[in-house]
Amino acid sequence: MNLAVREALRAFQRAPMLSLLSITTIAFSLFAFGLFGLVYLNLRDALAQVEERVEIRGFVAEGTSAEATSAAVGDIAAFPEVASVRYVSDVQALERARRELGEFEDVFEAGILPASIEVRLREGQRDPESVRSVARRLEFYDFIDDIRYGEEWVEKLYKIRNIATAVGLSLGVIFAIVAIIIIGSTIRMAVLARSREIHIMRLVGATNGFIRAPFLVEGFLKGVLGGLLALVLTYFTFEFVGQYVVEATYFGSGLAVLGVLAGALIGLLGSAVSVGRHLRRV
Amino acid sequence: MIRFTHVSKLYPKGGPALDDVSFHVNRGEFVFLTGPSGAGKSTILKLVYVDQRPSQGEVRIAGQSSVTLTGSAVPKLRRRLGVVFQDFRLLEDRTAEQNVAFALEVIGTPQDAIGPKVARVLTQVGLAGKATALPHELSGGEQQRVAIARALVNDPLVLLADEPTGNLDDRATRGIFQLLRDINATGTAVLMATHDLATVRANPYRTLEMNRGKLVYDSASEHPAAADEFDAPVPDASETPQ
Repeated sequence: MNLAVREALRAFQRAPMLSLLSITTIAFSLFAFGLFGLVYLNLRDALAQVEERVEIRGFVAEGTSAEATSAAVGDIAAFPEVASVRYVSDVQALERARRELGEFEDVFEAGILPASIEVRLREGQRDPESVRSVARRLEFYDFIDDIRYGEEWVEKLYKIRNIATAVGLSLGVIFAIVAIIIIGSTIRMAVLARSREIHIMRLVGATNGFIRAPFLVEGFLKGVLGGLLALVLTYFTFEFVGQYVVEATYFGSGLAVLGVLAGALIGLLGSAVSVGRHLRRV
Repeated sequence: MIRFTHVSKLYPKGGPALDDVSFHVNRGEFVFLTGPSGAGKSTILKLVYVDQRPSQGEVRIAGQSSVTLTGSAVPKLRRRLGVVFQDFRLLEDRTAEQNVAFALEVIGTPQDAIGPKVARVLTQVGLAGKATALPHELSGGEQQRVAIARALVNDPLVLLADEPTGNLDDRATRGIFQLLRDINATGTAVLMATHDLATVRANPYRTLEMNRGKLVYDSASEHPAAADEFDAPVPDASETPQ
């Protein structure tokens, strides 16, 4: 192993330009993938925030007793799809309207807005079908006059989310494949540059494992360095965008580590495959 | 020690490279392999160092058969052979001694054993004073000596030389050939492919002549057959204490 590390470092030292080129290529491939990942991540967060606002409102008829509504609130809270239920009295509704629509303050008078029961759904239950199903169950309460949940809006939102997921996944896969191909060919170039070493090692009776080891170490190191560089690049881009364009979220530390590991893995596998071609069995 | 029995080699593209070739080489023997380009000389050497396998027939090397030899056993067999080429095949960024040491390092020789072995073999090929020279600082003849040192450093049973003097001038050729004779005198068999007929004719060694994949002449068959010791397993030097 000692020799493997030494030979790997020797390869860096002997062909610094080629090594640098491989690392930069790996870095930029992962950078492109990382940028795409950031965009996707932020888009998903934004959509999730909008989704959280999916809400069903049941307007309560005037003169309904407090017992009836609180019993209903308890029932509805027990629905499996429901995250939270809140009773908003007519007084609270008026206060909220005044607060949210300050400029029309004097338009609102007591009694103009009905009391309501506001239902929010759990994550994963905000699709049009679930929303409709919960809304239908609210209709069973006699004292609920009217139910609103922005049916069209929910459907549109759901469609956008599905499209974003599908496009995100397929673009992600394409980006990943491109990155793997580019990184693979860079590493193959590095291995080809050392085909003479491989030939001599075979000739003097080095085992395949022994021949592979330095290349695997080299590929792994390049992958890690490229991954780290990509992380730095995405971070600066993220900072720049955050400062001048729009607030955004960055990768969590788990995802960042995963990105570097992905680089290392691609480096390792790319080297293994490239060297393997030289080690055809006889 | 090396025995070819009805060996044929077909390449997927092109005709037969070897066609029903049989011969054997004894321990310590010096054998010329001659014939025009494309006659099959290099193919014979490749079959010996198991770069290729025969399409038909059997090649036996040091008691191992090409029929039963597994891929994982090939490296071990190669450690008992030394190979040199016309184009030397040295690593350009390493000194003469590093090139030789490389052959020991990659088979896992303990670090403290490498230095003395390298020094001994460089002395043997007459390059003790140029151990730290890079290949481009050496003449062609000297580079071939480094390659021979690398091939010798594992004490091979046989040295396979594929046109070792093909790139050298007359003077260097004579020097390299004398070195091969000296190596042979210490008991190492030498199988040398060459089309340098002058050298072949000037020396009394056994000659195998190839033409279009066939063995057309074996000077040994004019003499009484030598005691055939090829099939006795040769003790593995790397396993016996020295």
